[in-house]
Formats: sequence, structure tokens, C-alpha cells
Amino acid sequence: MSRYDAKELSDIHQHLHSHLPSEPALRVKALESLLVEKGLINSSSVDAWVEAYSEEIGPKRGAQVVARAWLDEAFKQRLLQDAPAAIDELGFLGNATAHLKVVENSGEVHNLVVCTLCSCYPFSILGVAPNWYKTAAYRSRAVRDPRGVLAEFGETIDDAVELRVWDSTAELRYLVLPERPEGSEGLSETELAALVTRNSMIGTHRQLKSAQEQG
Amino acid sequence: MDGIHDLGGREGFGPVDVNEADVPFHHEWEGRMWSISKSTRQPDWHIDWWRWIRELIDPIDYLTRPYYDSWAQTQIAAFVASGVFTLDEIVAGKSATPPIAKAEILNRQQVVAQDRSNAGSYSRDIDQLPAFKPGDAVHTHSLAIRTHTRLPAYVRDKPGVIHAHHGAHIFADDSALGGKQAQHIYSVVFEARDLWIEAADKKDRVFLDLWESYLEPA
Repeated sequence: MSRYDAKELSDIHQHLHSHLPSEPALRVKALESLLVEKGLINSSSVDAWVEAYSEEIGPKRGAQVVARAWLDEAFKQRLLQDAPAAIDELGFLGNATAHLKVVENSGEVHNLVVCTLCSCYPFSILGVAPNWYKTAAYRSRAVRDPRGVLAEFGETIDDAVELRVWDSTAELRYLVLPERPEGSEGLSETELAALVTRNSMIGTHRQLKSAQEQG
Repeated sequence: MDGIHDLGGREGFGPVDVNEADVPFHHEWEGRMWSISKSTRQPDWHIDWWRWIRELIDPIDYLTRPYYDSWAQTQIAAFVASGVFTLDEIVAGKSATPPIAKAEILNRQQVVAQDRSNAGSYSRDIDQLPAFKPGDAVHTHSLAIRTHTRLPAYVRDKPGVIHAHHGAHIFADDSALGGKQAQHIYSVVFEARDLWIEAADKKDRVFLDLWESYLEPA
């Protein structure tokens, strides 16, 4: 068979649809145990991957990058010019960020990121994508009705603000640099990072709050 | 391909669930599928081929089954198509051969290091000079392609402007079919009013990263 024949690939899908258990947990279990038997994977390594993406590789990394950009203008310029090199300074370059671009919000511009064709996301800096990012509802509507989608997230964007939607159709990935919240003067990088939400780095959250307001 | 995956601008999908629990995985099997996918991609697979397999999932399954279930089905289909295991083996959940490899045992630290080394570049040096430069007016092609492509239907046959040139990258349409071509790639900006009838008075814009062969001079 040819692995590049659409008909043959569709036939495999049909067979799997009819013969695999319907319950996803059972499908994944069958796959894992077969791969273990083949010697292609070790279950404790699977545990380690889950742990790494639950505890270490996640939006806290992106938040630290944003906080540093707010505090250090030279870093911010490096980030806007060459984001992979800038995040590599913090050890955060990795899966799906070799072609990272950072897009900056301002009073006049708001950026929103989507992948209409699949679910591309800058994993090494934001971790695993939230489920909503991967739904048909978000993927279909973010490009056509971005203001309506943002309203569902509780954000009303003034008509005077230009909305820029970034559809990740190739291997470039996008991180939104949100505006620094008012009232955050004098905070450290760690304190500032705690104000940065994951959604603000995707663009579904615009107005970050200072710690006082949050409290 | 004009599949169900090409969702940009489609009508009928409801509100976004904005109250989802803020955890990376909602079920244990999701985390395991994520990890299997990240650690068992075979050297002769290309991400575009993998995406194309996912696009070929039955459209009803694509829309209705859980997200990581579609990863499971894609990963399984990729293993079967590349001869690593057979349909009978996955259906039985049992290997019919002795081990074909010896899996490394990784701890969390090694996983983090491996994730870091997974920052593979898609840039390639090519002899051909770029056909466009920032500011150039372009028009996207109007042809429907039957196999994998990254020009969404909602920007087919539309006017746009080159926003940035990013050098040459591996060409997704070709690599999904096993090829090694690279082409110049650009961020192209489209005015919302050129895409959507209700956006006539809006100044919103949509940016997409598009390969050179998707574009013609305007």
C-alpha cells in the first residue's frame, strides 16, 4: 500500500471506526500497551511526559516572558525581533516555538490567535492548549466574529481598536504580548508574571488586572 | 482538501465554553495520548502527513468525538500506514511480533530536555528569490486541492497584502505527500471587509502564513 493514498488512509480510518472500542480511554490503553510490547515506548516515560506538561511546561513560562518584556525594554525588543532567541534566554525554546512570533497589544490594537485548520499552539511556552481553543466553535468563529467570541470571554473591544486575528496556518506560532495593567508599578518580575493569564497570551483576555484589583 | 477540518468562517457552531476547568488534561487518558503522541512520532513521519491523516477522519467523528480521541485515531492510522503494526494487532491490543525496539526510560527532567530539543526548524535555504516583498498586493489562488493544503477555503481567491516574508519553509502540501520541497513563506494580511459581507465598515484584519505558490501578483 502507499501511505500517501487518501483512499487507503480513509480505509484504515473506517476499519478503526468499526473495530476499535468506542470509549477513548480504551483506545488509548490499547495503543499504549501495544507500543510497550513493541518496545517503542515505556509507561514510566509516558508518566514523565504527563508530569512535565502538567507541572513545568505551561503558561507560567509565557507569563514570565511577558513580565520580563514589561520590565526590560531591551528584552522586549529582542522578543519582538526574534522571539525564539529571546525565549531561549530563559530556556523555554522547544516544541512548536522554533518559529515563534510575538504580537503586541496596545491601546489601538488587539491581537487574537487561532488555528482554523487544526489546533497549532506554541506548546513549549504555553503548555497544552485549552479545550476551547480546539473546538469547532472557536476555530470557526474567531476569524469571522472575533468581537462576538471576545464578548463571550467577557471582553468588549472598543470599535476604535483594530482587531488583528492571527490564523496559524503554517509553522509560525503566535504569542500575544498583553498590555501591562495599571497599578502594577514597582512590582517584581515574579509578581508581574502572576498577573498574566494564559488567555491574555492567546488574546481572549485583554484587560489584565493589578494584584490589588485581583485581590 | 475541502474537509470538515477547514472550519474558518463556518456557521452554525455555538458559543465557546469559557468556563472550562483550567487544567492541562481533563481525563487521564488525554494526558497519556498527548504523551504517546509526543514521544512516538517515527523518523519517517512528517507533521503535515500526520495532519492530513487527521483531516481524513470521518467528518462526523471529527466533529463529535473528543479531541484527543482524534489524536489516538490519527496516531494509530499513521502506525498502520507506515507498517509499524497491523490493524489486527491494534484491534486485538496485542503484538504479534517480538519487540522491534528498546524504549528509553525517561524521567521528567529528560522529558523537559527532549521537549527543548524538539524545536525543529522548518526553514530551508533555497536558490529561488522571493517573488514578493512586504507591501505587495497579492491574490490567493482559487483552486480546490484534493490533498493536504494550508490555504483555508475562506481566503481562497481573495485579495491580500504581504505583511512579512519569513524566508523559505518546508512546503506543507508537498511534505504531506512525502516530498521535500521548500518555498518562500509570507504573513499575508486580509481586510475583514474583503472576506465577510457583514464587515463592510470594519477595520479588522486577518493574518495568515501562506506559501508562495498559494499567491499570485494582484
